[in-house]
Amino acid sequence: MAQMKFMCDAERCIECNGCVTACKNANEVEWGIQRRRVVTLNDGEPSEVSISVACMHCDDAPCMAVCPTDCFYKTDDGIVLHDKDLCIGCGYCLYACPFGAPQFPQQDAFGERGKMDKCTFCAGGPADSPEEEYEKYGANRIAEGKLPLCAEMCSTKALLAGDAQTVADIFRERVVRRGHKDGAWSDIGNGSPSAIDAMAYDATRNQ
Amino acid sequence: MNLRDALPRPGGALGLVLPALLLLLLACAAPAMGADPNAEIATAVPSADADTWRQVKDGESFIDTRHDSTYSLINQSGESWRQWRNKWVSPFGLIAVGGMLAMITIFYLIVGRSRLDEPRTGRKLLRWSVLSRALHWTLATLFIILALTGLNILYGKFVFKPVFGDAFWAAMISGTKFLHNYIGPFFGLLLIFVLLRFLKHNWIKAHDIEWFKQGGGMVGDKHPDAGFANGGEKAWFWLLATAGMVVFVSGLVLDFPNFDQSRDTMQWANIIHAVGALALTAVSFGHIYIGTLGTEGALEGMTTGYVDESWAKQHHNLWYEEVKDQAEAPADVEATDDTKPESPSPS
Repeated sequence: MAQMKFMCDAERCIECNGCVTACKNANEVEWGIQRRRVVTLNDGEPSEVSISVACMHCDDAPCMAVCPTDCFYKTDDGIVLHDKDLCIGCGYCLYACPFGAPQFPQQDAFGERGKMDKCTFCAGGPADSPEEEYEKYGANRIAEGKLPLCAEMCSTKALLAGDAQTVADIFRERVVRRGHKDGAWSDIGNGSPSAIDAMAYDATRNQ
Repeated sequence: MNLRDALPRPGGALGLVLPALLLLLLACAAPAMGADPNAEIATAVPSADADTWRQVKDGESFIDTRHDSTYSLINQSGESWRQWRNKWVSPFGLIAVGGMLAMITIFYLIVGRSRLDEPRTGRKLLRWSVLSRALHWTLATLFIILALTGLNILYGKFVFKPVFGDAFWAAMISGTKFLHNYIGPFFGLLLIFVLLRFLKHNWIKAHDIEWFKQGGGMVGDKHPDAGFANGGEKAWFWLLATAGMVVFVSGLVLDFPNFDQSRDTMQWANIIHAVGALALTAVSFGHIYIGTLGTEGALEGMTTGYVDESWAKQHHNLWYEEVKDQAEAPADVEATDDTKPESPSPS
């Protein structure tokens, strides 16, 4: 079984927001909800760098661990999904999530949160019919053998989605081509943070 | 060296063409040879390196395409909150609440009920007015609903979801959240009112310290001095006045997320709310036990408003000395119950 992961190569992201738009369009999410976002650091400066973020479908998902209704589950592909019929909008998943992925429509009185919405890796969610599934969770492209639309439409292929092994292989190849001295292999093995930072080495850039 | 120099010139013999081709070769290599490493470094964009990700963690100078996002890219406190809630609050809350229940059960089995030393005289003293009783039972009902729904939010998924299935659990937990969120503010406002109303009885006196030293006379035959409210009642009052208010305020922070309070604020509010509420729930078992099963003649004070003279003398001797001449015969109590104007001492 695959372990589905997203990866955004910040060296390639050009902040075009194509992923954000593709996601909105594929999933027809509610007004005010934006499952994917692009964060830009040092905007307008030479050191500007952007990264696209959504639910990262964690192996040890904090949202799952803190949910009082236990509405989250993991598919066989390692995709973290949630049952909107069980969600009560308590916001705990948002408190715990490292990436700010869960969002809540504020439709009710006193700012009461509606049912949580987040990226489904374009894998839909629990529902009785495909129509209901689309209505509640958006597209189920995984069921059609397709990857999430955000990554599929990424113009620079900065955003990668797919099996963790494949994504890692593509990224490793990029790191090697950028001139990493150990072929992005031996240094990573010792697991020290500085070695992992070396993944960002780019011979064409100011180090 | 210039590219123009390398261009083959028109005309000329083969002898001229060969050097020209050589020059062309050199011209192709020219950009590489002519590159100035220093100039390139000065204009190159730095890579997304360790400092970039440090900046991400600190949430410094970033923009976000999400229209209302106030969240840094990496929520660093989320994992701490998760650990606090799941590894400490949740298990130790269960130990506190369950332990309290177990201790009360053991205490009841070993020591048993605190009985009246002297037989009832039949003469009654007004202890709680209608309004006080109404406030008490309203507050008590709301407290119990909040405690049960709160416990369900923390522990329900381990019990009701596997036992009754998703459909039942979905209705139960959404009802739970609805009750908890809407009753909470009313409970808090009522609590403030009740605390102010009962404040006059609950100032700590010297004999209250002695009351605590003697364990409230719960074990044995001794009965330490107590006024209208004994040391235990005062402790419960001040616990509600402190922890109760903290739980109320932290609950409001969680209940109304539309004031742009930050995620970190809500994490703190959640931990404080849970710890305070679990402590109050555990201690409330003691209050409920002493007021009902644990003490003969206590519950009638809060149901009928009147307590027996013997009970007052035994448990609230200082108050009894103040009001003993107001004791009423059973017939008077029947006639005036609930309609009698409030006397100065009872609340």
